[in-house]
Amino acid sequence: MSAIDERFAQLRAEGKKAFLPFVTAGDPSVEWTAKLLRQLAKCGCAMAEVGIPYSDPIADGPVIQASYTRALNSGVRWKDILASVGEVSQQVNMPLVSMVSYAIVQRLGLDRFLDDAQAAGFAGAIVPDLLVEEADDLRRRCRERDFSLIHLVTPTTPAERMLQIAESSTGFIYFVSITGITGERNELPAELLDKVAWLRERTELPICIGFGISRVEHVRMLAPVADGLIVGSAIVRRFAESNDPQQAMLDVESLATELMAALN
Amino acid sequence: MSTLQPTSKTSVPDERGRFGDFGGRFVPETLTAALEELEREYTAAKADPEFNQQLDHLLTTFVGRPSPLYYARRLSQAVGGAQIWFKREDLNHTGAHKINNTLGQALLTLRMGKRRVIAETGAGQHGVASATACAHFGLPCVVYMGAEDVRRQKPNVFSMKLMGAEVRPVTSGSQTLRDAVNEAMRDWMASVEDTHYIIGSVIGPHPFPMMVRDFQSVIGREARTQCLEAWQRLPDMIVACVGGGSNAAGMFYPFIEDSEVRLVGVEAGGRSTQPGEHASPLTHGSPGVLHGSYSYVMQDEDGQTSPVHSVSAGLDYPGVGPEHSHWKETDRVHYTECRDDQALAAYDQVARTEGILAALETSHAIAKSLEIAADMSPKQNLLVCLSGRGDKDAAEIARLKGQDY
Repeated sequence: MSAIDERFAQLRAEGKKAFLPFVTAGDPSVEWTAKLLRQLAKCGCAMAEVGIPYSDPIADGPVIQASYTRALNSGVRWKDILASVGEVSQQVNMPLVSMVSYAIVQRLGLDRFLDDAQAAGFAGAIVPDLLVEEADDLRRRCRERDFSLIHLVTPTTPAERMLQIAESSTGFIYFVSITGITGERNELPAELLDKVAWLRERTELPICIGFGISRVEHVRMLAPVADGLIVGSAIVRRFAESNDPQQAMLDVESLATELMAALN
Repeated sequence: MSTLQPTSKTSVPDERGRFGDFGGRFVPETLTAALEELEREYTAAKADPEFNQQLDHLLTTFVGRPSPLYYARRLSQAVGGAQIWFKREDLNHTGAHKINNTLGQALLTLRMGKRRVIAETGAGQHGVASATACAHFGLPCVVYMGAEDVRRQKPNVFSMKLMGAEVRPVTSGSQTLRDAVNEAMRDWMASVEDTHYIIGSVIGPHPFPMMVRDFQSVIGREARTQCLEAWQRLPDMIVACVGGGSNAAGMFYPFIEDSEVRLVGVEAGGRSTQPGEHASPLTHGSPGVLHGSYSYVMQDEDGQTSPVHSVSAGLDYPGVGPEHSHWKETDRVHYTECRDDQALAAYDQVARTEGILAALETSHAIAKSLEIAADMSPKQNLLVCLSGRGDKDAAEIARLKGQDY
């Protein structure tokens, strides 16, 4: 069992759902990312996703894209992220999941990526551009190491394929709410509930929903069918729009607290 | 001969879209259903005589194919080595080889019942060819183009608008072709259910590299027939420029099994061999993942795409089609590079000795051909894919020379 599996087992026993904030590593700096992660753990987030900046993120909207560009332009490297996460993961009781492009995983090499990530205390990875068909090598290694490999399903995924993805995934299943890129949305599609409910009946794995979620209404709508909700752009944007990271962190904390209250 | 009949026994790519180790499909799950639909429809279209007939008819009546095989007499004399011949893709409607692919993919768009087209463009040739195909079929078209390329390829931007396409300048990243591909992919992530993305080169996730190669193979098939008619034998050497690599793939593919024909791909050598000064992933890069496939790429040790440079917008790209990586690994094609200044000199030389303005992209292939031809016998024939015309570059060249345009 990875730390993610343990955390979900615990949440289920308590009848609770997970709130998963997404933070961009290194925006505005790795030090601030570390502070933010500690703060999010303190206010009760079940686990957190750490976005590894990538130069060409295809699934990301303008907010996360720009945060990646800022982080890379400020010179943040893989080793800096590892050092910072390595410190935080010792201090918090909140499993950390990396969100990382396969371009990076492939370049580092699968074994080195997993060695590095596990040594830093990451409990799993979401690799948004790695389809199940291409994932055999990484999946095998992740299973040997109890490192969760979280696959995504989307509104365009046919039913049959959803089951195949559920079979391949460990830790949880990332259910993408909309057909599109990351970013806050006013409304989420109503048919999403049926699709998640359909999959819910066919897998034991926790299902977390992400993309577009930023408001209490979204949380109320999705909470009944999901095991967890992921919020990214709404958090990253608060740092992008503020010159004062301390204030941005407090804003993120109050957003997280508000959304968590609606979730549980 | 039916347009999409295979002319090569080479069984690449395999069913996973792999050319040897290269290719595949590294994209977000959202795009999988559309890629599978595209693969299915393309496979069916390829075997459908009516589809082939429609495409052939368009290539003849709308594009003006076959494009001529032209003997560059004065250039050959000046070099004093091999006889130099041009396959004149610049004489196609819209002035480049790109139209061969966009018409095929536009027909597929209609066949799939999709109602909107998006495309990326670097030099603007693929953007113009996409806008043209869409105007011909009455499809709305959005073209993503790096803001830097909008600046250096103005005439093409205006042509696209005249044909009703919307040109969206991309201001993220390096503001060139790579960022235009990113933006087009992001559009497609949200619009995939009713939109087809016409990728302009042999790059991207499977089935694009295979499909674009097939649509462009009309170049090599015609050239093969024309050479045999003209000289009763195949060329000794074929040279083409390689950015993403679509004109080269289309030219080379029908000759892949002819081991006596030497094939040379010319990448953009830029200002120097230093990192960031060129756009030659096959020459200086290593295998990695970019834009949906595994192929040679310019990346740093963390997997971040490295900056690249070329004077020509169409070659200013950090990746290359996976089949080229396969041809490199199997030693079937020799890849080399040509610097900005050599390409610019070739642009001038071909203008003065042959009366042809060749695209700056193409000028890289020509510059290398002059070097190669000089070491060959006058009894040998060297064929260059003259992939596009160069009037689009005249303003940028005037700027570089400090002259009025």
